Amino acid sequence: MILTIIGAILILISSAFLFLGAFGIYRLPDVYNRLQAATKSTTLGAFIGIIGVGFLKPEWFLKTLIIAGFLFLTNPVSSHAIGRASCLRGVKPYSGTVVNKTQEFEECRSTKKE
Amino acid sequence: MTTLFLITGSLLLIFMVFSLLRGALGPTIPDRVVALDTINTLIVASMIIFGAYFEEVIFVDVAIVYALLSFITTLYIAKYLEGGR
Repeated sequence: MILTIIGAILILISSAFLFLGAFGIYRLPDVYNRLQAATKSTTLGAFIGIIGVGFLKPEWFLKTLIIAGFLFLTNPVSSHAIGRASCLRGVKPYSGTVVNKTQEFEECRSTKKE
Repeated sequence: MTTLFLITGSLLLIFMVFSLLRGALGPTIPDRVVALDTINTLIVASMIIFGAYFEEVIFVDVAIVYALLSFITTLYIAKYLEGGR
């Protein structure tokens, strides 16, 4: 009974986090901001939801634990790869950006070469 | 309990529409790739929830393989966007 209540609450929380992730993808102004919304809230939402299904169906718990751990490990790696690729491709951050460490690093390296 | 699975799975299918809009009108190519990545994660989560709704274990097995394939696909697209270095 307690497992059922915990699983239902986890699934409802996960749907809220997944809504935040998907709406942030639609609403935020830039590739890098969208990456942040995509990787953080979507990873947490999927993790919590899959674990919640494992609580509700205890005979599936091992499989759901495996797939949740896999998502938890691989989702940040893939979004890091996308961010690095878009930075190397030359996609500009939007006009309200405050800190751009990559640009500072490039400037520092070019002055050191001279 | 089955109504909870049905409602949550349908909500996840509705959330995909936002990401799909960004994939349709994203200005640059990395925007579309980010939207595709989010849609993949949503599909994995909704596949497991619908598997619990239909009481079929095969959905979970398919979701494991789908997560692995989507990870490899995103890495290859990122490598292509980088310029093959």
